[in-house]
Amino acid sequence: MARILELVLNGRRRVDAVADNLLLLDYLREVVGLTGTKTGCDGGECGACTVLVDDQPRLSCLTLAAGVIGQRIDTVESLAQDGRLSAVQRGFHEKLGSQCGYCTPGFIMASAGLLRRNPRPSEQEIRAALGSNICRCTGYVKIIEAVRYAAELHAGGAAP
Amino acid sequence: MNEIAAAHSIGAHVPLIDGPDKVSGRAKYTADFVAPGLLAGRIFRSPYSHAEILEVDVSAALRLPGVKAIVTGADCDKTFGVLPIARSEHPLAREKVRYRGEPVAAVAAIDDATAKRALDLIKLKVRELPAYYSSKQAIAAGATTIHAHRSNNVERDVLFELGSVEQGFRDADLVREGTYDCAEVCQNQMEMHAAVAEYDAIRERMTVYASTQVPYYVHMMLAQILDMDMSRIRVIKPHVGGGFGCRTEALNVELIAALLARKAGGSVRLVINREETFITHRGRPQTDIRLKLGMRKDGRITAVECECYQRGGAHSGYGIVTILYSGSMLYAIYDLHNVKYIGKRVLTNTPPCGAFRGHGTVDIRFAFESLLDEMASELGLDPLTVRRANYLTAPTFTDNDLMVNSYGLPQCVDWVEQASGWRARKGKLPKGKGLGFACSHYISGASKPVNWTGEPHATVKIKLDFDGSIVVLSGAADIGQGSSTILVQTVGEVLGLPLSRIRIITGDSEVVPKDNGSYSSRVTFMVGNAAIDAAQNLKRVLVAAAARKLEANPEEIECLGELYRAGAQDRGLTFNEVVVEALKDSGTITVTGNYSTIPQSHGGKKYRGAAIGGTMGYSYSAQVVEVSVDEETGVVNVDKVWVAHDCGKALNRLSVEGQVQGSVWMGMGQAMSEETAYHEGLLITGNMLDYRVPTIEDSPPIEVGIIESNDPHGPFGAKEAGEGSLAAFLPALTNAIANAIGVRFNTLPVTPDRVFAALEKRRRAGNGNAGKASNADPR
Repeated sequence: MARILELVLNGRRRVDAVADNLLLLDYLREVVGLTGTKTGCDGGECGACTVLVDDQPRLSCLTLAAGVIGQRIDTVESLAQDGRLSAVQRGFHEKLGSQCGYCTPGFIMASAGLLRRNPRPSEQEIRAALGSNICRCTGYVKIIEAVRYAAELHAGGAAP
Repeated sequence: MNEIAAAHSIGAHVPLIDGPDKVSGRAKYTADFVAPGLLAGRIFRSPYSHAEILEVDVSAALRLPGVKAIVTGADCDKTFGVLPIARSEHPLAREKVRYRGEPVAAVAAIDDATAKRALDLIKLKVRELPAYYSSKQAIAAGATTIHAHRSNNVERDVLFELGSVEQGFRDADLVREGTYDCAEVCQNQMEMHAAVAEYDAIRERMTVYASTQVPYYVHMMLAQILDMDMSRIRVIKPHVGGGFGCRTEALNVELIAALLARKAGGSVRLVINREETFITHRGRPQTDIRLKLGMRKDGRITAVECECYQRGGAHSGYGIVTILYSGSMLYAIYDLHNVKYIGKRVLTNTPPCGAFRGHGTVDIRFAFESLLDEMASELGLDPLTVRRANYLTAPTFTDNDLMVNSYGLPQCVDWVEQASGWRARKGKLPKGKGLGFACSHYISGASKPVNWTGEPHATVKIKLDFDGSIVVLSGAADIGQGSSTILVQTVGEVLGLPLSRIRIITGDSEVVPKDNGSYSSRVTFMVGNAAIDAAQNLKRVLVAAAARKLEANPEEIECLGELYRAGAQDRGLTFNEVVVEALKDSGTITVTGNYSTIPQSHGGKKYRGAAIGGTMGYSYSAQVVEVSVDEETGVVNVDKVWVAHDCGKALNRLSVEGQVQGSVWMGMGQAMSEETAYHEGLLITGNMLDYRVPTIEDSPPIEVGIIESNDPHGPFGAKEAGEGSLAAFLPALTNAIANAIGVRFNTLPVTPDRVFAALEKRRRAGNGNAGKASNADPR
């Protein structure tokens, strides 16, 4: 069954006809063509598919596209403004929070969501916010440094 | 005169050059390539662990509307495998299936839903055979043969004795033996396996995009199984989401995608899911180790006897090499004489194992460093004292002819001793807390390449044209470890140029020189040296051009990167002016750089397979792990890790730290929570909840000390940084637990239920004595 999907994606209003059982993840990657959001597992285990829905981190592999009608979706492709990386993007790049990069979009969206609601997180709060994201390269040490640095940049005026 | 200019980036903290692409979602991985007309591929897998194939009936599936092609074992009678002497795997099973999940057929259809429905219509008829899930079962008398050419189910037997262990044990003041059981683990890299194969039926050319660490091996195996000329094949490696050895050989995924594409006369996208990725495996085998050590009162090791069984899975893969590393790499970290090694690589009806970060050195190192710790305790010696009593003196060759020119282990040990406050704190921590120590090491690439063609071990090309941009062309596979950044740094360093002047192209066999691939930590050492050679050749060309233009001798030209001048008073020429002059000779400038390992590094000949372990330089690692054990629940928390890694020279301090932290943490996963499990051959941990990789909330701060022993052969002195620190974590953890609660664990992973059971057993046996705790560590 097809549904008319109206939502705001990365700041732009979109209207698409989609199957009612289409996952948000597949909508983003295959219908819209934004491949930044990744599939890392068979459902809900790794966080690589994390996007923001009304600023809240959500696993897009466990979310139906039809389930977010009328809402605001932000993917990793939305963060850089005027050619400049956002605070979180800069953190993951400059502090080597990203090695192979595959988990990175999910971590970045989860981190951006954290800073949007809590601009000065403690290390405990960072760990709690990122507890659903798995990384296999970094051991998480530089991810925590990346988010801390991003928080500093954000405090200095950069968008998360 | 023409010295390398002052360091621009070598030794600095350099963010990766492809970082901006990764953090913006622009970086493309294999599954990200979408195009109209791309068929969806799916694999039909054997539900049997071991069986003779009687019939694979795909007729109903072929009739399903939307199915474009189906391939089975009948479509390919060729075998593949990473070692030239052990190619016994078919992309799709023929005659037999040997593990549950082995590919038997594959479908290409107009969409994934159709491909999936088609799988349900495939009928497989078999005659089941006895199946074996443990080394012991597989080698028992009367066991059914899994591969005809290995009638006793042993892929490789290794035996060597150098010196005399009998004499060594007689000379010892203490002889102890331990048995160790390390569970099978796998890489669980974040990107699931994927391949896109495009067959151009008109020109008869095959292009394959593969998530691989080894485009060259994939290229060769594609030619082999397609029975196609290599010159008609192109392999492209996009961004890869981690490897750790799971894709350090051609996988059935990319080969099957190509077979489907050719049969369909089109393009096929084959992306397997997480469970299938687990089944494809190529992880670290379950290993049973018996280790006996002789030690003198002063800590000096007098003899080593080691017996090792690896449960290798259903195909050979890297197996022969893995079982050899376990023996040869007993050496090159301590001064050992009198070593006896018995190794058996066993075939079983489980997914094939491969080369997982640290390869065959890891489980052996766990056993060795655990037993050293136990014996140190019994002799009343500090574990660091024991290591210090056994240091090598470099330069040297070990008894098994391994070349050691730089040896930073003493500095590593000193660093962690200091950083962790070992002396002040060991034995004085609160109840339930403990400190543990261990060492490990690894090669910087195998000196003898897997495919011995007589070519240089690594080749890099550099192009410089009218636009003044330098393009490095290399086949080196960046899998997230940052190899592309390292190569740009080395070229920039030689030429004195900022990194912004230099671009790098990798991962397209049509464009870049072949490289052996990213495995055994060879790239920085081998390809880095080739890049330096290429850059020096380019510099010679530029200096000669500058000399011509300035009417001076080349020896008088000073290269300052963006400026070339003949003496300090000379206005000189800008880089671009030099380029214009240089182009007059030959047009577009292309130079080549090569690197070959020296024969002395190729390991020995004292026993069959003795070349394995030979390298140009070993990295060294020392670690201290601090734990807190909750004696009510058995939960072990790693509070902190201090690790010192001798990488020769840190070319990029940021990526060295990142790699060392990542490898230590990966060791933690293996030591504490990761274990693949099978029920009668059925994988029951094929997801990331049951296969328990530590989350950010489980993971400790890891403080890294970089030790630089300046290897005389390494690029700017560098050795590897990505694998050597994994192994030490495992014994450092169990040594820390022994220190904390007086219970020593020789079975991995040390999960809370196992800790709890051991504590319970001890509690029931009486307060704090006897029971399972064999050697209570003095507090």
